[in-house]
Amino acid sequence: MTEDADLQRRHFLTAATSIAGGVGVAAAAVPFVASFRPSARARALGAPVEQDIGQLEPGAMIKVEWRGRAVMIVNRTDAMLETLGNITPQLRDPDSAESVQPEYAANEFRSRRPEILVVEGVCTHLGCAPLPRFEVAPADLGPDWIGGFYCPCHGSRFDLSGRVFSGVPAPTNLTVPPYTFVNDRTLLIGSDTTGAA
Amino acid sequence: MAARESDLLGRFNRNMSSLIDWIDTRFPMTKLIKEHATEYYASKNFNFWYGFGVLATVVLILQIVTGIFLTMNYKPSAAEAFASVEYIMRDVEWGWLIRYLHSTGASAFFVVVYLHMFRALLYGSYKKPRELVWLIGMAIYLCMMAEGFFGYLLPWGNMSYWGAQVIVSLFGALPVIGEGLAEWIRGDFYISDITLNRFFAFHVIAVPIMLLLLVTVHIMALHEVGSNNPDGIEIKGHKDANGKPIDGVAFHPYHTSKDLVIIVVFAILFSAVVFFAPEMGGYFLEHANFDPANSLQTPEHIAPVWYFTPFYAILRAFPSKLGGVVLMGLAVVLPIFLPWLDRCRVKSIRYRGWTYKLALTAFATSFLVLGYLGLQPATGGYVTAARVFTILYLAFFILMPFYTRNERTKPVPTRVRT
Repeated sequence: MTEDADLQRRHFLTAATSIAGGVGVAAAAVPFVASFRPSARARALGAPVEQDIGQLEPGAMIKVEWRGRAVMIVNRTDAMLETLGNITPQLRDPDSAESVQPEYAANEFRSRRPEILVVEGVCTHLGCAPLPRFEVAPADLGPDWIGGFYCPCHGSRFDLSGRVFSGVPAPTNLTVPPYTFVNDRTLLIGSDTTGAA
Repeated sequence: MAARESDLLGRFNRNMSSLIDWIDTRFPMTKLIKEHATEYYASKNFNFWYGFGVLATVVLILQIVTGIFLTMNYKPSAAEAFASVEYIMRDVEWGWLIRYLHSTGASAFFVVVYLHMFRALLYGSYKKPRELVWLIGMAIYLCMMAEGFFGYLLPWGNMSYWGAQVIVSLFGALPVIGEGLAEWIRGDFYISDITLNRFFAFHVIAVPIMLLLLVTVHIMALHEVGSNNPDGIEIKGHKDANGKPIDGVAFHPYHTSKDLVIIVVFAILFSAVVFFAPEMGGYFLEHANFDPANSLQTPEHIAPVWYFTPFYAILRAFPSKLGGVVLMGLAVVLPIFLPWLDRCRVKSIRYRGWTYKLALTAFATSFLVLGYLGLQPATGGYVTAARVFTILYLAFFILMPFYTRNERTKPVPTRVRT
């Protein structure tokens, strides 16, 4: 039986069948792999949120939830803003070159308006929640602490603009989400413009 | 009277053997029993280190049985999960016992498997011809880690939540594809109901099927090459006239009856934990997990369950995110290559040189110390210590080809010692 078998033809058919079958399996896997992506409902729930900041006192902070993440809104005092210029040598990315933020927040204040800071309360190291530690030189953070954000999980430190200090595990500054001012006292988080939602 | 009884017995035996014949012509039942039990010869000099494989199987069965009963009352949704676990603990008849058996079983599984793996390091069980047994075993270990990680999210406590948050964001550290990959794993922009539901599917279906399959393959590969022993001598080298290893005894009934004693001792210790210290002071069930998940509030101090802490300490030891992830990955993956990293032909620690004994002691110590450090805050001296022991841990594997190449070993006897 094998004497007159065309082995070349047999090899070709085996290879062709394997390749066609492989392509079929890969194509069949697409719906399953894609079903793992955020669903339409998850995407809809990720829509922008509005927040009234009219009552936010200077030096105070509120947290808003957007996409299941805490967004920290701080009304910084002039004294707080003055600290930002002095510490740039101690920062890993003072100009926010490697960090994630909209274009309008890629400055020293990392904000649209200097006094209003909007950053995600998610440590860029492993996603823990950094704590607001605005007091100067508390016992646990040492005498050099001039106020900022401190991550209790792995000890990452950020200044009052959410910029990361050198020598801590977090690689980049705290992420600034897209946001805009609808009017003088209303903030829209999750969108760069008031028009498009 | 007596004649009639033996007559009945004879008839019963004849019927039984014809039933067995009937099955054997259709399914290799007797053949399998012989191959894997009554005619599977394992060395007669096994010590207690050789009990952990059987114990791992026992714990696996316990986890599957208790797990099935837990799913009957557990609800895999963000709104209901935490309350359904409380319901199991308080309202379901004996629910507390079933859950504590399962949660203690998870820790026991890792205790037993870590000791099982250490046994392989002691007696060179990963070496030729058992490389595949070791590789399949490592695959089982990786599946167990996945199973433990997925399962830990299910109670939907705050430590569950933030533990999952930290681990999933590890994937986010990978360049370019990282963020998209983390989002794909979560199925959402954060750890949500969607994530919980899919982790449930992995924990109760996908990974257990893989585990059962791999355990079967692990045992098949082992029984093909035969078990190692504390002397690291191949007992197949000395056979009697019937072709049976002189230094081996049949797995059943000899090893099984010894294993039964080991199982009873284990059951006593295990029950002591289940009934008297199911939380094990916060190591088996962490205190922060008695608060429901809260995406806006991190627990004061995030630490994984104890069996992951050595790797967690390594992750935090490196002062950059990607570097930490890479080191941790290495720490998990390097043991896979042991059969080829170890260049010494002598298997058992009994006949190996001082270099390996020293290296193994340093490795075991660093594993334990890192496990302790992973539970501590990542500050000052703890980080420095974690760096030192991370280097020791990795050096055990990376330097192995060098310190084992010209090892001064003792002569290995040809027959096992008893």
